[in-house]
Amino acid sequence: MTDTPLLKVSGVSKFYGSRIGCKDVSFELWPGEVLAIVGESGSGKTTLLNCLSTRLMPTTGSVEYRMRDGNFRDLYHMSEAERRFLMRTDWGFVHQNPADGLRMTVSAGANVGERLMAVGDRHYGKIRETASDWLTRVEIGTDRIDDQPRAFSGGMRQRLQIARNLVTGPRLVFMDEPTGGLDVSVQARLLDLVRGLVNDLGLSAIVVTHDLAVARLLSHRMMVMKDGHVIEHGLTDRVLDDPREPYTQLLVSSILQV
Amino acid sequence: MATPLVVSEVFKSFTMHLRDGIKLPVVNDVNFSVASGECVVLGGPSGIGKSSILKMLYGNYAVDAGQILIDHKDRLVDIARADPRTVLDVRRHTLGYVSQFLRTVPRVSALDVVAEPLVARGIAAAEAREKAAELLAKLNLPQELWTLPPATFSGGEQQRVNIARGFITSHRILLLDEPTASLDATNRRVVVDMIADKKREGVALLGIFHDEEVREAVADRILDVSQFSPRKAVAA
Repeated sequence: MTDTPLLKVSGVSKFYGSRIGCKDVSFELWPGEVLAIVGESGSGKTTLLNCLSTRLMPTTGSVEYRMRDGNFRDLYHMSEAERRFLMRTDWGFVHQNPADGLRMTVSAGANVGERLMAVGDRHYGKIRETASDWLTRVEIGTDRIDDQPRAFSGGMRQRLQIARNLVTGPRLVFMDEPTGGLDVSVQARLLDLVRGLVNDLGLSAIVVTHDLAVARLLSHRMMVMKDGHVIEHGLTDRVLDDPREPYTQLLVSSILQV
Repeated sequence: MATPLVVSEVFKSFTMHLRDGIKLPVVNDVNFSVASGECVVLGGPSGIGKSSILKMLYGNYAVDAGQILIDHKDRLVDIARADPRTVLDVRRHTLGYVSQFLRTVPRVSALDVVAEPLVARGIAAAEAREKAAELLAKLNLPQELWTLPPATFSGGEQQRVNIARGFITSHRILLLDEPTASLDATNRRVVVDMIADKKREGVALLGIFHDEEVREAVADRILDVSQFSPRKAVAA
């Protein structure tokens, strides 16, 4: 166990006018740890995720990230350029809709290669080689490397988006409903893939989902949100097997059994 | 003799918020310990709280009061109060668990399911698979099944995968929740031998066995869980 967290979140709140987006959220994320944020639509999951990933400025609170040099930096005290660089290299963000995270009109290979160029790779041959290696890892045939994501199915697009995000060896990946719009067989394949990659690469991840089965499979720890507040927080097994809060009990008892 | 597991004054109840907040007491004032090289069997009728005790020890259930002390990397960890990260580290290195049912992951082969706890401890995948193959062979799981995901296996086959997964590591404490329930006589004997091996290695075992023959064969002592039952207290 390493003894320094990767991300320190303290007292993060976001208000939309007088309406609460999320309220007073604090936690620490450790290297190699996967945290699931669950709750129904409108509970503040995505607001929180956006506040953590610098996509949305929180109203109050701080988010500190341990940079590769070992020093903690407050994300909201960095310059815009530094934040963007972090986002393109050390972080990944997997959107629910792959079209939000991909360039739909450039080739699959270029989608992956673009992130490599952001970290300074210039050798075309090497970039292409790495890109095709990553397409194989996410189970996309290398003969599709020159095709545009427009010509891909939903599941393939999502896998391409994952490859694009992971190619730079990020230490932290944010995922917003990564299996949201996919049918179940494609979901299982994607989950297995994400699970394997997280284990192999030792990534930390924050996954927003409303699907408790996804959370059980992927996450170590879980936060349950309701009306912008974190109402329950703990080991994933514990939250799902012995939910304490009325809302969590409702959520767990509402899972359909197959 | 070292005592890696000590449970003291543990209370557990469930509050059912969806049923007008009724409170179901599960166990009161649980006290026991398990020494290295000892196999303690939890006894008592169904519904008395045996599985709940195992789940509390493994961190799946929260504890209302009391301590569950585990000797983890030469320090004592109280599972009842430990943060999720510590619980996961204890599970990775000190505390193993064979559950009644296997939670299968789509597309992961039986061999990899079994090898996973070793890989999680940083052992090379090839070496872990070799050890996994050894265990599956010992448990008589047909070799043609090893590369298939266990989701479609029979109950007994899944249980053997589960046992192999639980026994592959050298955890100092092992919790067993009816590991022999759906096994035939031959495989039950294999499991009994494996438990005996663990005892010789100095592992502390705590289990639930409904099968009398197995219980006789493995138990050093039987801990009657009904003494912790709140229902008995009301009746008395």
